[in-house]
Amino acid sequence: MTEETVQPLIEFKNVSLDYGETKVLKKVDLEIEEGKFYTLLGPSGSGKSTILSLISGRLQPTGGDILIEGKNVNSLPSNQRKVNTVFQNYALFPNMNVYDNVAFGPSIKGFSKKKIDQLVKSMLKLVKLDDFSDREISEISGGQQQRVAIARALANQPKVLLLDEPLSALDYKLRKEMQSELRELQQRLGITFIFVTHDQEEALAMSDWIFVINDGKVEQSGSPVDIYDEPINHFVANFIGEANIVPGVMKEDYLVSFAGKDFKNVDAGMRTNERVEVVIRPEDLDIVVPSRGKLQVTIEDQSFRGDSYEITAIDDAGNEWAVQATNPAKIGQRRGLKFDPEDIHIMRLNESEEDFDARLESYEGED
Amino acid sequence: MKKGKLFFAVLYVLWLALFVVVPIALLLFQSLTSESGQLTLNNFVSYFSSGTYLRMTFNSIFYAFLITLITLVISYPTAYLLSQLKNRQFWLLLVILPTWINLLLKTYAFIGLLSRDGTANSFIGLFGISPQQLLFTDSSFVLVSSYIEIPFMILPIFNALNEIDRDLVQASRDLGANSWQTLWRLIIPLSMPGVKSGVQSVFIPSLSLFMITRLIGGNRVITLGTAIEELFLTTQNWHMGSTIGVILIIAMVATMVITRERKKSVLRRGGK
Repeated sequence: MTEETVQPLIEFKNVSLDYGETKVLKKVDLEIEEGKFYTLLGPSGSGKSTILSLISGRLQPTGGDILIEGKNVNSLPSNQRKVNTVFQNYALFPNMNVYDNVAFGPSIKGFSKKKIDQLVKSMLKLVKLDDFSDREISEISGGQQQRVAIARALANQPKVLLLDEPLSALDYKLRKEMQSELRELQQRLGITFIFVTHDQEEALAMSDWIFVINDGKVEQSGSPVDIYDEPINHFVANFIGEANIVPGVMKEDYLVSFAGKDFKNVDAGMRTNERVEVVIRPEDLDIVVPSRGKLQVTIEDQSFRGDSYEITAIDDAGNEWAVQATNPAKIGQRRGLKFDPEDIHIMRLNESEEDFDARLESYEGED
Repeated sequence: MKKGKLFFAVLYVLWLALFVVVPIALLLFQSLTSESGQLTLNNFVSYFSSGTYLRMTFNSIFYAFLITLITLVISYPTAYLLSQLKNRQFWLLLVILPTWINLLLKTYAFIGLLSRDGTANSFIGLFGISPQQLLFTDSSFVLVSSYIEIPFMILPIFNALNEIDRDLVQASRDLGANSWQTLWRLIIPLSMPGVKSGVQSVFIPSLSLFMITRLIGGNRVITLGTAIEELFLTTQNWHMGSTIGVILIIAMVATMVITRERKKSVLRRGGK
């Protein structure tokens, strides 16, 4: 718990933003540390880009406090903050060529011509555009514009780089490439990146830490593994990866009942006979002969996914199960579903993140 | 399909031929012939050797330049302000409104305002200042012409400013620029196409003003416009009038060329 004493680079305390009646952000708390890759993940309209605008100073909060390096910056204009943004549509200046775009920030700061030149060249090299400095913005591809936008923002030597869905306009292959490049860039520079996306796969692949945003609130925050393995609620479980979510009852610690049967599991700390939601990921389910399965199901549907089959099965209680399998199955066939106690994740209804963390600590400490 | 398109073009082509091509050809022909109908360059020779005509030409260009400069200085900040407003379409309408009123009416209104016992003189009379000669001065001519031309300057500049992506301004701020730096480095360069077309649509018509010149400037201001009018209507020297007409057309085309869009333009990006 030594982290608590370190001053966070950016801190949101009860930050709200209302547009008249519309509450865009509802008392958001978050902490950003130095040198990590953060992702704000959420569906469109969840408020994730708004958080970015608040950090950069394009918007002011209507409630709460935003601190950068411990200082309240609620009304500090964006040109005085040590953060820079890579905009969703890149927002490159069409009246300037690649070089002048990257030189914009340093020249505003009044650096000498020589220093500007060094900085611009090193930034263009960083994003592998050394040979493009004389090109017009309209002459380069979308992927290259993206790199110019990154170089332009980094030329200001920010403490935090904000990236507002920068990869959404790129095609799949280029997006994959840029994901690993951005990750590498962040590690090389050692500055904080805050990346906004609605793509959960992107978030899981790139981040040290994810904030799942929904409806103007932080639903859950944690490492990609934490969030994937232990989603706090229905929304997070559904939004991050694919999930089978069925209703169940927690009979006692480490024993849950769903689909008409009792199963051993690894969760505890609920009330006896508390109604819960049970999550099992499709890749944790195996299709076996009925006698070896923990649940008996009928195969309902299947589709080929290239590297696997997605099979839909229905148990006797009527719950639908999505299974990711390497082998195909026959529709209408009776089969069994096999899974381990560790594959079962239990979610309480309406549990807050604090309570969730406290409960996890309480029983994991017992072991 | 192609035939259908041609059909729609016929009317316009006819119009163009009758009212643009033929008149210009006639003008050119008149300028190159003498009273007796012989082909000659004499008209141009006498134009370039006459101090009066050259002075008129200088006057025309000077006043057109002055009018353009004054309207630009007034219009740019106005257009910028308009582009920042919430109800900008409404305010823009107020700016455009005067252009719907007949030019002659507006000019006569100014005669009422500026004459010896007009509104302006009655107003300064309140402060004990004796009536001034306002009408028939070159400043009143420039004032009224600028007033008339201002909407034609504001409109293209406003459109250019309005088209600037707000994200660009935010990006400039994000990169550390304050409002002034953003204006100088980004907004003004990006609005240059609008400024150019504004300059075109004010400077070119201002070269050949004659009605305002007559009614407001009296005979204090003599430009090519008034010269043409006089040569055609009073002196009846159509050949010399046409010569000046041709020279005006050349001057206009030259203005168009000088202020035309460079290849490397912002607009091209939008057309991608």
